[in-house]
Amino acid sequence: MEFFTDMILLMDSTLRTATPLVLAALAGLVAERSGIVDIGLEGKMLAAAFAAAAAAAVTGSPWMGMLAGVGASVFLALLHGWVSIAQRGNQIVSGMAINIAVAGLAPTLANFWFQKGGQTPLLGDEARFSTITLPFADALADVPVIGALYSELISGHNLITYLAAALIPLVAWMLYKTRFGLRLRAVGENPEAVDTAGISVTLLRYQAMVIAGVLCGLSGSVLSTGLGGGFIRDMSAGKGYLALAAMIFGRWKPVPTLLACLLFGFVDALQGRLQGVALPLIGEIPVQFTMMLPYVLTVVILAGFAGRMDAPKASGTPYEKDH
Amino acid sequence: MAAQKKLPFWADAILLPTLNLLAAFLVSGLVIWGLGEDPLEALSLMVDGAFGFQEGVGYTFYYATNFVFTGLAVSVAYHAGLFNIGGEGQAMLGGLGLTLAVFLVGDVSPVLAVLLAIVGAAAFGGAWAFIPAYLQAKRGSHVVITTIMFNFIASALLAYLLVGPLQRPGGQMPESADFPDGVSLMHLQDLFAMMGFTYESGPLNLSALIAVLCAVGVWFMLWRTRFGYELRVVGQNQNAARYAGISVTRMTVIAMMISGGLAGMMGLNELLGEQLRLLGNFTLGYGFVGIAVAFMGRNHPVGIVLAAMLFGALYQGGAELAFEMPNIQRDYIVLIQGLVILFAGAMEHLFRDPVERVFRHFSERRAA
Amino acid sequence: MTNAFAIEARGLSKSFGDVKANDQIALKVPGGTVHGIVGENGAGKSTLLKMLFGLYRADSGDILVCGQTQHFTDPSDAMAAGIGMVHQHFMLVEPFTVLENIILGAEGSANLDAAKEAARAKLLMLEDQFGFNLPLDTPVEKLSVGVRQRAEILKALYRGAEILILDEPTAVLTPQECEQLFALVRQLKDQGKTILFVTHKLHEIMAVTDDVTVIRAGKTVAECKTADTNPEELAELMVGAKVVRKTARKQHETEIARLRLTDVHADGDHGLELKDINLEVFDGEVLGIAGVAGNGQTELLEIITGLRAVREGVIHMGGEIIANDRLVTNPIALRRMGMAHVAEDRLKTGVVESMSARDNAILGYQREKEFSSGGILKLKAIAQKAAAYFETQDVRPRNPDLPIASFSGGNQQKLVIAREIARDPQLMVIGQPTRGVDIGAVTKIHDQITELRNAGKAILVVSADLDELLSISDRIAVMCEGEIVGTMNVEDATETKLGLMMAGDKREAS
Repeated sequence: MEFFTDMILLMDSTLRTATPLVLAALAGLVAERSGIVDIGLEGKMLAAAFAAAAAAAVTGSPWMGMLAGVGASVFLALLHGWVSIAQRGNQIVSGMAINIAVAGLAPTLANFWFQKGGQTPLLGDEARFSTITLPFADALADVPVIGALYSELISGHNLITYLAAALIPLVAWMLYKTRFGLRLRAVGENPEAVDTAGISVTLLRYQAMVIAGVLCGLSGSVLSTGLGGGFIRDMSAGKGYLALAAMIFGRWKPVPTLLACLLFGFVDALQGRLQGVALPLIGEIPVQFTMMLPYVLTVVILAGFAGRMDAPKASGTPYEKDH
Repeated sequence: MAAQKKLPFWADAILLPTLNLLAAFLVSGLVIWGLGEDPLEALSLMVDGAFGFQEGVGYTFYYATNFVFTGLAVSVAYHAGLFNIGGEGQAMLGGLGLTLAVFLVGDVSPVLAVLLAIVGAAAFGGAWAFIPAYLQAKRGSHVVITTIMFNFIASALLAYLLVGPLQRPGGQMPESADFPDGVSLMHLQDLFAMMGFTYESGPLNLSALIAVLCAVGVWFMLWRTRFGYELRVVGQNQNAARYAGISVTRMTVIAMMISGGLAGMMGLNELLGEQLRLLGNFTLGYGFVGIAVAFMGRNHPVGIVLAAMLFGALYQGGAELAFEMPNIQRDYIVLIQGLVILFAGAMEHLFRDPVERVFRHFSERRAA
Repeated sequence: MTNAFAIEARGLSKSFGDVKANDQIALKVPGGTVHGIVGENGAGKSTLLKMLFGLYRADSGDILVCGQTQHFTDPSDAMAAGIGMVHQHFMLVEPFTVLENIILGAEGSANLDAAKEAARAKLLMLEDQFGFNLPLDTPVEKLSVGVRQRAEILKALYRGAEILILDEPTAVLTPQECEQLFALVRQLKDQGKTILFVTHKLHEIMAVTDDVTVIRAGKTVAECKTADTNPEELAELMVGAKVVRKTARKQHETEIARLRLTDVHADGDHGLELKDINLEVFDGEVLGIAGVAGNGQTELLEIITGLRAVREGVIHMGGEIIANDRLVTNPIALRRMGMAHVAEDRLKTGVVESMSARDNAILGYQREKEFSSGGILKLKAIAQKAAAYFETQDVRPRNPDLPIASFSGGNQQKLVIAREIARDPQLMVIGQPTRGVDIGAVTKIHDQITELRNAGKAILVVSADLDELLSISDRIAVMCEGEIVGTMNVEDATETKLGLMMAGDKREAS
């Protein structure tokens, strides 16, 4: 029974840590499906985390925080879009530049506004997305198995986690069941075909970047106003890159990408649980090694399942009309 | 498709980088203004801090030395078509290799220890680049993501070693014991003193000369050797490389290891020149600065040395600025880096297209 | 309506920089006819078509559809005016099904499932009307080139095209598939459609068109009824001077097989397999390899030139084994053994676009003592050699410092050939010798191949252009689906025979 409870708790924190990952991974997916490689997920996430925490701290409302986070992320997504589309710039370089610039700008602004050494103040409960207890969770808690599953695992997450759960099928539906999705998938594969069909490649790609910006903005907001209680320096800690790896592992498809994010979330949750625990035979693993786990996993996944075969064919290359 | 008019050399090598830089600085100035400070005053404080006094100049060149190593590292990989973001981790491992070499023979012979430390720094840095390079070459795993992951892993590894096996006996900080006496690279101000004149150049040390030698070496390798030719072919067109009998796998791995080795040598300046012990966070993001330096310097060693000096001045001037203007912290310099990478690396066409138009206009007028 | 042309161009001009791609082009196409447009590579056909379809905007001149002046700003305007175009490189999204490709951009409903069902009904009617039978739910990447082309035509018809532009539609087809295409074109005409048929192959013009317009160097040089002209006259109009069809050839017979492939099997791309390849190329002959693109010719070149491993069998050069199931010889070693390789896809493989012509002049030979010693490049020797190549092959402009990308296709190819023949190779392996090469250079390159052959070299040429193979080869082998279907002397070869073999008919081989 204790094992069962342990597993439930582990799963529960898996869902929590997977939330920012899956939102960012979907952002990367939409961008790459339109033909723009977005290595700047990390920077957008960090910018959104900061903007959300800052706005929430000032207004006391997590909603204003979310709005600011999404706004900051969309702005950066459009900047990256402009560099990639209009300037025909190197998309990897542009993404890295955004990541580095945000890593400098966010603490600078935080220090300017809050004088707390590059952080935002700790957010009070009212300024955060607190956990939501689903109906009947308390009543059902005592029912064996199902009750625990429902009240511990399904219930008790913050709003953005539930929003993410709803967004996954929505993005999948948009990609595969709408006219916009058809065009989006086409433009990442063969922009010339889209162009000669009389559809604007440029507009489609900007639209994709806005969607990616919104998703990534939610991802950053959940970091600072959902899971955490404020912005701290470098709080994205490579999650943007993990999300990209998850997207590649998920072969640019929503559901497999979700599963990859859950795997990352699980490993992250596991490493939290392993800290200070003595394992049989091995003994206690130093905390520095458990912290490496998600990064090592990323490398292993990229080594084992990489290959550009499934990547949208035109991703990463600017489209130039010849005349 | 008529032959494209090339821009004159000076426009390509000086005018365009300058315009890109000015654009980046303009945005940076706007940020300063937004922070409620006077950008011009900030500029003068920075210039003064970087060049206004002997020690300031020394620090400027001291930082520049780091950036020459990391900038060259990025550019060697870039010429082979690889974007090595792992300079940070490679520098950490280079520092580790250096430290191990120092403790291995430091008590026996300081000179040998210094020589072995140079080799150790390059070798460990190169080795840390090997796995991402191999995975890129053999498995197509994106080197950008894997090298970033290796930065995180290196950082955790160093953190472990410095609170574990390598920690100063009895110490509490994440740092190693001090290097044995005499195991260091001489400060240039001491060298100047031996030559009979006084110049207080702070921590600037012999690694600066090693860095310049590396820059010359990289230039020679890329444009004067067959290996460099083959490396550039691989970077521009892998199919053509195979057609020419060049092994893309081999070249990818070697280029990344050279790149990692150069990044690893950054520790010579920081550790063997100044700190004389291994510190957990001694790289301080200098590996990432290398990206900005490489793009600013057009991936050419001469440009990289110049760009490194500029960033050295930014770092030194920025430190003075942070002292004078409380709203501006060292993070602000990281923002400038990002903007320089954006303008010089990704938004080349912003100025190139208009400048080309202007040149075409004038050459047509002359022809008419 | 009766007097108006379905489509008409008046004084269309378009320049790129200093180059006048189209200069006062005139075109008059009556409704319900098939109108041929002929011209050499680089004559300006593509530019004209792109203007008619709204991809380029003309510098001056007018386009009229059914007597109405049109101002196309992009392809959707042209489509709205009833013009459809089948591009030489198909505009299809490969992982999409035929149906998805057809509706892309003309979906109607925002709900994809509803859009597909509505389209399906309309498509079945169209298929019925024009005699199509396409697998609507199969991803395009699984279809043959001929079927893809039909999908492109159906796509245009679905968008209500009354005027169909077919740009070099036969370039990728077997002669039999060409016949099917011609039949379809005639049927479309019978149903009242107007067709612009663009090609540089004269027998196709004779076979399928009612009228023909000849374009040379960006200008309209003639417009006439097809029935009133003949291929010789058209050829002369196209090229501007009497053309000599056959290159002078000296008979040369020896017994040394310079290159021999014995029972070779290899894995190819896209699931293709090279199966049981047996070939010999003798000194003093040109062996041509014919076949529809994608039937293993690329892989064949690669296994010979050390770029792809062999799974079974042996390849000999001279007396030595250069490849078997355990051995791939490095291209540098092959070059030293006397093999030269002019790569099939020049820009993808044969040159490094961003590097200077001078750097490209040593590609593949960078390790020769002439160009480097002790690992150091001999810059002076390299510069002299590059200058010499420019001189002997008349490469223009005479500036080896320019990036190779800024030279025309013909000049690039001349430089590549100079590089490859410089070390007096015994065996030349050439892929698509004149692809993307302007007409002036084509003749020169063909003459050069013949000269090398006369000098006793063994030459293997892969080409998609049957006319080219028929004019330069001594023997022709045909590939289909990774196999050599058969080999014949050029005297016995006809287009029909070769065509049947290209479609996989082995009976013709005997």
